[in-house]
Amino acid sequence: MNTFFSMRGIVKQYQMGEEVSTILKGIDLDIKEGEFLSILGPSGSGKSTLMNIIGCLDTPTSGEYILHGRVIRDLDQKQLARIRSREIGFIFQQFQLLPRLDALKNVELPLIYAGVPPKERTRRAEEMLVRVGLKDRMHHHQNQLSGGQQQRVAIARALATNPTLLLADEPTGALDQATGEQVMTLFRELNAEGRTIVMITHDLKIARHATRIVNILDGELSEGVSAFD
Amino acid sequence: MIKRKWDMFCESVNMSVSNIMGSKMRSLLTTLGIVIGVAAIIALMTVVQGAIDTMNEQFDAMGLGTLRVSVTGTAIKHGLSDEELDQILACEHVAGIAPSASATVTASSDSAWSDAILVSGNNDEYFRHNPDLLARGRAINVLDVEQSLRVCLVDGDAARTLFYGEDPLGQTLYLSGIEYTVVGIIDEEENASLFSQILVGGASDGTVYVPYTSAKKLLGTSSVSSLEVYVTDPDDTDAAIEEMEAVLDALFNYKENTYTIINMESMTDAMNLMTSMMMSLLVGIASIALVVGGIGIMNMMLVTVTERTVEIGLRKALGAEPGQIQIQFLIEAIVLSLLGGVLGVIVGLLVSLGICLNTDITFSLNTFAIGLGVSFSAAVGIIFGWAPARKASNLNPIDALRSM
Ligand SMILES: Nc1ncnc2c1ncn2[C@@H]1O[C@H](COP(=O)(O)OP(=O)(O)OP(=O)(O)O)[C@@H](O)[C@H]1O
Ligand SMILES: [Mg+2]
Repeated sequence: MNTFFSMRGIVKQYQMGEEVSTILKGIDLDIKEGEFLSILGPSGSGKSTLMNIIGCLDTPTSGEYILHGRVIRDLDQKQLARIRSREIGFIFQQFQLLPRLDALKNVELPLIYAGVPPKERTRRAEEMLVRVGLKDRMHHHQNQLSGGQQQRVAIARALATNPTLLLADEPTGALDQATGEQVMTLFRELNAEGRTIVMITHDLKIARHATRIVNILDGELSEGVSAFD
Repeated sequence: MIKRKWDMFCESVNMSVSNIMGSKMRSLLTTLGIVIGVAAIIALMTVVQGAIDTMNEQFDAMGLGTLRVSVTGTAIKHGLSDEELDQILACEHVAGIAPSASATVTASSDSAWSDAILVSGNNDEYFRHNPDLLARGRAINVLDVEQSLRVCLVDGDAARTLFYGEDPLGQTLYLSGIEYTVVGIIDEEENASLFSQILVGGASDGTVYVPYTSAKKLLGTSSVSSLEVYVTDPDDTDAAIEEMEAVLDALFNYKENTYTIINMESMTDAMNLMTSMMMSLLVGIASIALVVGGIGIMNMMLVTVTERTVEIGLRKALGAEPGQIQIQFLIEAIVLSLLGGVLGVIVGLLVSLGICLNTDITFSLNTFAIGLGVSFSAAVGIIFGWAPARKASNLNPIDALRSM
């Protein structure tokens, strides 16, 4: 199988006044097309930081990130925006719905920037909301939705542009066991359709739905689940 | 591709409208500066334009197609003889002439006496071109002029001085001792043209109009030094002036400063130039309000960008290009200031309508002023919205997302 992306020696540092804190300490990671990867790790270990770099939202302090053959460091803002728009679907840890827009409009948002015409946009957004089971919540706003429903709107939004890479930061964090399992079933379906998925979680049970699990601890990556046991 | 751009544009307009509607009070206060600036420009331009139009109308009624010739002459030749006047009348673009002769004389009636009565000698042509002059009785006609008849018309002041409390019509009066019959009364309101008032001044006990041939005899002159010339068509004014200059130059041996031809139209032009210069100045001052308004818009946009940092980050994370974010915020600034501009146009029109209704100025919709006001406000939006929009587009998506 082809490599989807590869990371070599990714380091992320933050300058905090005088002190420099190193959050990611040289990460090497390769993902193949069609893989479903879980990144497992405790709070504050740098999971979201790594995810933001994978999603081209953040740039590493040093190290090489190659996505589909492109060296991300060499791309400008516009090219990065294109990649985010066309290839990546991002589910944020805090959902990040726009409170002024209803569920449907939130799902339409990435389609606007992907240049999908208005009618087609609405059709696709509705289709996605139906798929995540929110058929009767399309015109609810953020404050009219439960945490789990907001999470599902966020999933629908990430899937709307039909991305090849789905990045999910704690997609089941706000869900009860049963709904969490439903979401995982959906993810496995999506993976079976050929989508590459990278999912962050600190729940081993959830992580086990993936085809591969890596562990992150204090900014260092290790294959398998051992370190977390 | 164009369709895509158009969709993006509609989307941006939608978003800015919903944002503006989301904080109505703040948006309204923000646009106040623009509203005031545009309203001031519209009101100023409409009222000043109205005043100019009204003034022009009055001037046109007074002098369109009319030229005033006044002759100073030379040491040996003070004025124009009847034959020379005929030469002017013979010019191709001259339709008629009204020579005049005037002087202050002693006048008396059976009951009163004055030594400050202005005698104004005119012809039938003069009364034909100034029909409002006559209030009652009859005007001076061709026969009066040809035969130098001793008939006259009196104005309100002369009537009061010489015939106090009586109807002057049909009465007899004496100008320098010569008997004249009153055949007509001059309208009090009209009281001759503005121009002749300027020429003779107002310090008299009234004016008595007589046939100009008769006036020449009375005043003991054989030449005329001032006349009105009526042009065949107002468009031919310049041609008429040239022809007359040729005649007059020849008559006065091409000496300089022997005569002047005053064209009412060129006086109006000069005045228009002055008023429009003044208007530009006032509009310039009003534009300062627009700049202040622009700073208000900039302030609100900067606040908006800060408030919506997370939203901007999210949009970027979902694939918005920096340029698209910039356009969105720029459009929001333009929509905001255009809103101010439209409100300003409405307020400005209402204010100028109010002013016009309370004065003699005629109100007319000044489309140029409206266009100017609207495009000014759009320009303000672009200029002052640029920096905030730029700031928004340069935000780093992850910093923006984490800033909540
Ligand atoms: N902008 C920043 N400046 C300084 N430190 C930061 C910044 N962003 C993140 N960090 C630090 O990086 C570390 C990792 O953060 P990150 O969000 O990646 O954790 P996480 O593994 O996702 O945790 P959680 O499971 O709680 O979401 C944290 O200690 C955090 O304080
Ligand atoms: Mg996290």
